[in-house]
Amino acid sequence: MEIKLYETIGDFAGNKDLARDIRVNKIIPSLEKGEEVILNFEGIESATQSFIHALISDVIRKKGVGVLDKVYFKNCNITIQKIIKIVTEYMQHHS
Amino acid sequence: MKIHLPNSAWIGNIDRFISSFDTSDESILEITSHKKWISVHPVVSCMIAGLVLFMKKQGKKISFKKMEARSKHYFKRIGLFDLLDLDSEMKITSHESAGRFIQITRITNSKELDDFIKEIIPLLHMEPDKFEPIRYILEELVRNVFEHAYSEEGAIVCAQYYQQSKTIRIGVVDIGIGIRESMSGAYPTKDDVEAISLALTPGITGTTRKIGGTEANAGAGLFFIKSLAKISRDFFMLYSGKGMYKLLKNPKHKPLKLIANPLEDHFSSKDKLPFWHGTVVAIDLCLERTLDFDAFLDLINKVYRKGRKDQTKKRYKRPKFI
Repeated sequence: MEIKLYETIGDFAGNKDLARDIRVNKIIPSLEKGEEVILNFEGIESATQSFIHALISDVIRKKGVGVLDKVYFKNCNITIQKIIKIVTEYMQHHS
Repeated sequence: MKIHLPNSAWIGNIDRFISSFDTSDESILEITSHKKWISVHPVVSCMIAGLVLFMKKQGKKISFKKMEARSKHYFKRIGLFDLLDLDSEMKITSHESAGRFIQITRITNSKELDDFIKEIIPLLHMEPDKFEPIRYILEELVRNVFEHAYSEEGAIVCAQYYQQSKTIRIGVVDIGIGIRESMSGAYPTKDDVEAISLALTPGITGTTRKIGGTEANAGAGLFFIKSLAKISRDFFMLYSGKGMYKLLKNPKHKPLKLIANPLEDHFSSKDKLPFWHGTVVAIDLCLERTLDFDAFLDLINKVYRKGRKDQTKKRYKRPKFI
């Protein structure tokens, strides 16, 4: 499943409530069906660490670190890539 | 309560302003001001606005002594009187606010925050890379209020850009439960300064005792913001309850290094200040000295990695970018 985040969150990813909705209603159900998930950041200029944490940390916590083999991050600019790296490493350290 | 707008109150000397705040009688709010000139950080205006909203909600009396200072028009322009429904008895010609300040704004939900951010981007006339840390700070601090403060008044925000020093000064205030109460579920603390220090430590959040936070909170938002001030060698201040933590300017001769423990930074703190019902955050950011945001993120990651270094040798899976 490919999730185009811009359609829901606009050009700045800061709203954690929306991140939670995407995680609960799209990411987790797709993974539970055995699908791969592509998070498409096209059109998004930046994000807060809190947003990325709310989007994926619980997925890593619940499914284990192996879930990163099934979740892809598409069209991320450098800033967003760095924030995702910080959050994923941080979660692996604390999981 | 009595609060006095002084001649000067910036983060560097804000201790005196806060110490003079008299909370002995909460049945009335008396606001007075310096007679000649008032020059204050935007956070001071936010605090006044917050106190008035707090008193109004409780139907208590507010006495605002007419301003005489020559700089009184500033407070009219930033919207203090309008927000408080107070008659300033001033007639001013509105100046173009672009490039100068963000009026005092009360933000109570995500929609208002999104609208606010959209409105201020053109006002500040900045290159996108310069605006990025400002947006980051506002997003994180205001959402902290929504999530943790339980403030019916929401977040009160004000900012001003000083072109000569190329510095933006931002204030975000709430009249909520305060940091100590917010942390108390997971981390009971002996005083407000200890609670503030924990809130500034990455990985610690009031929502869980588990290091690393919950699915909703990483416990890293305030650490990021303090770090932004540190890398631009500027001030950051957090005041809640009776406690205040102030990140002091990092001396120019000292190399820049981010540290996870806020008590190892160059800081000052006080723990017997007049009680503030909620949280006050102020930050200065010299946009010339601020690293580009990507370089800042590298430094943040370095802190996290250093923290992990001695604890584990395990290799981490990497996210797949396509």
